[in-house]
Amino acid sequence: MTKTQRNRFQKGQNTMLISRETKLWMYKTMLLSRRFEETIEQIYLEGKTPAFNMANGPIPGEMHLSNGQEPVAVGVCAHLNAEDIVTATHRPHHQAIAKGVDLKRMTAEIFGKQTGLSGGRGGHMHIFDTNVNFGCSGIIAQGMGPACGAALSRKMQNKPGVAVSFIGEGAVNQGAFHESLNLAALWCLPVVFVVEDNAWGISVSKQDSTAVARNDVRAAAYDMPGHFVENNDPLVIYKVAGDAIDRARSGGGPSLIEIETFRLAGHFMGDAEAYRPDGEKAFLESKDPIPAFRKILLAEGTTDVALDHLKDQVEEQVSAAIAFARESAYAPAEDALTQVFAQGEYHE
Amino acid sequence: MSNTKIRRLTIARAMAEAIQQEMQSDPRVFVMGEDIGALGGVFGNTRGLLEEFGRERIRDTPISETAFIGAGVGAAQDGMRPVVELMFVDFFGVCFDAIYNNMAKNNYFSGGNVKVPMVLMTSTGGGYSDAGQHSQCLYATFAHLPGMKVVSPSNAYDAKGMMIAAIRDDSPVVFMYHKGLQGMGWLGTEAAATVDTPEQPYQVELGKAKIVREGSDVTIVGLAMGVHNALKAADKLAEEGVNAEVVDLRSLVPLDRETVISSVKKTGRLIVVDEDYQSYGVSGEVITSVVEHDYSLLRSGPKRVAYPDVPIPFARHMEQFCLPNADKIVAAFHAM
Ligand SMILES: Cc1ncc(C[n+]2csc(CCOP(=O)(O)OP(=O)(O)O)c2C)c(N)n1
Ligand SMILES: [Mg+2]
Repeated sequence: MTKTQRNRFQKGQNTMLISRETKLWMYKTMLLSRRFEETIEQIYLEGKTPAFNMANGPIPGEMHLSNGQEPVAVGVCAHLNAEDIVTATHRPHHQAIAKGVDLKRMTAEIFGKQTGLSGGRGGHMHIFDTNVNFGCSGIIAQGMGPACGAALSRKMQNKPGVAVSFIGEGAVNQGAFHESLNLAALWCLPVVFVVEDNAWGISVSKQDSTAVARNDVRAAAYDMPGHFVENNDPLVIYKVAGDAIDRARSGGGPSLIEIETFRLAGHFMGDAEAYRPDGEKAFLESKDPIPAFRKILLAEGTTDVALDHLKDQVEEQVSAAIAFARESAYAPAEDALTQVFAQGEYHE
Repeated sequence: MSNTKIRRLTIARAMAEAIQQEMQSDPRVFVMGEDIGALGGVFGNTRGLLEEFGRERIRDTPISETAFIGAGVGAAQDGMRPVVELMFVDFFGVCFDAIYNNMAKNNYFSGGNVKVPMVLMTSTGGGYSDAGQHSQCLYATFAHLPGMKVVSPSNAYDAKGMMIAAIRDDSPVVFMYHKGLQGMGWLGTEAAATVDTPEQPYQVELGKAKIVREGSDVTIVGLAMGVHNALKAADKLAEEGVNAEVVDLRSLVPLDRETVISSVKKTGRLIVVDEDYQSYGVSGEVITSVVEHDYSLLRSGPKRVAYPDVPIPFARHMEQFCLPNADKIVAAFHAM
């Protein structure tokens, strides 16, 4: 591991006052996301050994895990209500969970079941939950335009709500990124763009793909505030995101936030990760944000018993969601030919 | 006899070897795309190239398809021979202008003065539950637009020869490789695509279909994965005493209409297999080629076994319900 890589995660930052209740919600939600993904990871491997073939098992297809990136999701979504809009990416679980997407129906969708959010048509990269205004696209940066549009719609209808568009640091080099930032600034839209900088776009590192070291500087090109949060720190993320979201809510227009985070897993399951420098994985594991946050809560006086109780609740939620998904039936195969158009029909 | 070594290669290795050999003999050839360097391509088709040629000629790009495919066009026009990868064909939406308004039209707009000798290679196909933004074929979307050759091999021998021919071609070539044929076990590969492949460089002419199984009762036309489904269907039909002829189109542009027509002349029946969406697509074009030429060649109405006009669903059973397969081809024959 090089010195710059190590430096990415060494500086700490002080935080403002955040209520104990919020902190516990953040901890519990991070834990929920992590335990959910650990469970999904295990089930994903069912039917895929000894030969790993993506097409097999109860959860086929690609699987992008977000473990390590939970602080971004909770730090941002702690400020959002159901009416606010989130657009997510190919790596959506942590954001979905923090936004309050129905966990049972999301799990069933990941299994391809009839009770899933989309009846099995979308799968893990296409999670849509209209109750909490959550949507995804598996195409890089393509959540950004729709986030602008949702923000515009709220403005035109004079309805409350802000939009948050999550993207990876690899997405900042898409045209859609620059076009969306300009549009949002030009029309003073209530939207916040959040870049999850996990340092990698599949096998290509940030420094090998991006001409600037930090993407918050790009906000200047569109005359909006830009922020950079170091060290994957949930409390700092909470504060910075809170300021940007407040600004958007009160008519101040868009902001761009880049958050230094990391993915503990491969790009997707099955990734051999040979491109990672020696020692990076172990180093990142030592920086796992969840045990680190637990330490903070303990130091502030929350008891082990209280935190373990949260953990038990999380385990129950995960088990219930998995059981729901496993026990649900598949839709009839012919259902593939429905829901193409608005009346549920398809046209040959 | 030449002393060429023959090895069994996957399509992934055959493509990488073709690019490697062209890079060795022609300094103008270079590769650009996402994850084509250290990773060797998500689908293995550039494996080993970074180690041999270095970062100057094997360029990992940012996720900026408009810029780097556009850059391929500019470099090709200026005398280089870029091989550019669009990781999944489904991503064409973010960069199509560079492809169809520049790459495909500049030869024409310049009155033939500007050549665009570039290869755009891109993965196609589903069958492994990657849902509707990562599983499409979109053959016809590209083939519909004039100015670019469009090819898709069904086996490693053709893949190597067609890739070499594509790199040496002075026109832009869209080289579409099917993920299920790549020989990547994690995608559940079709074993019959891995075939004997000579080590020496050779070309397979673009625009020429191939009869991969001779027969007299029905012509089954397909490309890429469709060829393997057609061959399996032909085996099943043989058990019933039906002798099917299978045509591997290999190229959509130029389209070898003559080979299809002369096969139908012999068999009098035509089934077209296509993993791309059914409407406005390959199957309609192939059938029309025959009917326009001489509709009396057909002894019964032609049939198509194509992907229904719906986005590709994630759930395995739903996707399999939609995909063409050997049983559907056999059923189509029985319905003739
Ligand atoms: C337009 C487009 N190009 C390429 C891809 C393939 N792809 C999927 S994820 C990915 C890397 C994304 O990196 P980043 O934005 O940093 O997100 P991360 O995977 O790190 O969460 C790529 C290149 C895609 N989905 N869409
Ligand atoms: Mg990233």
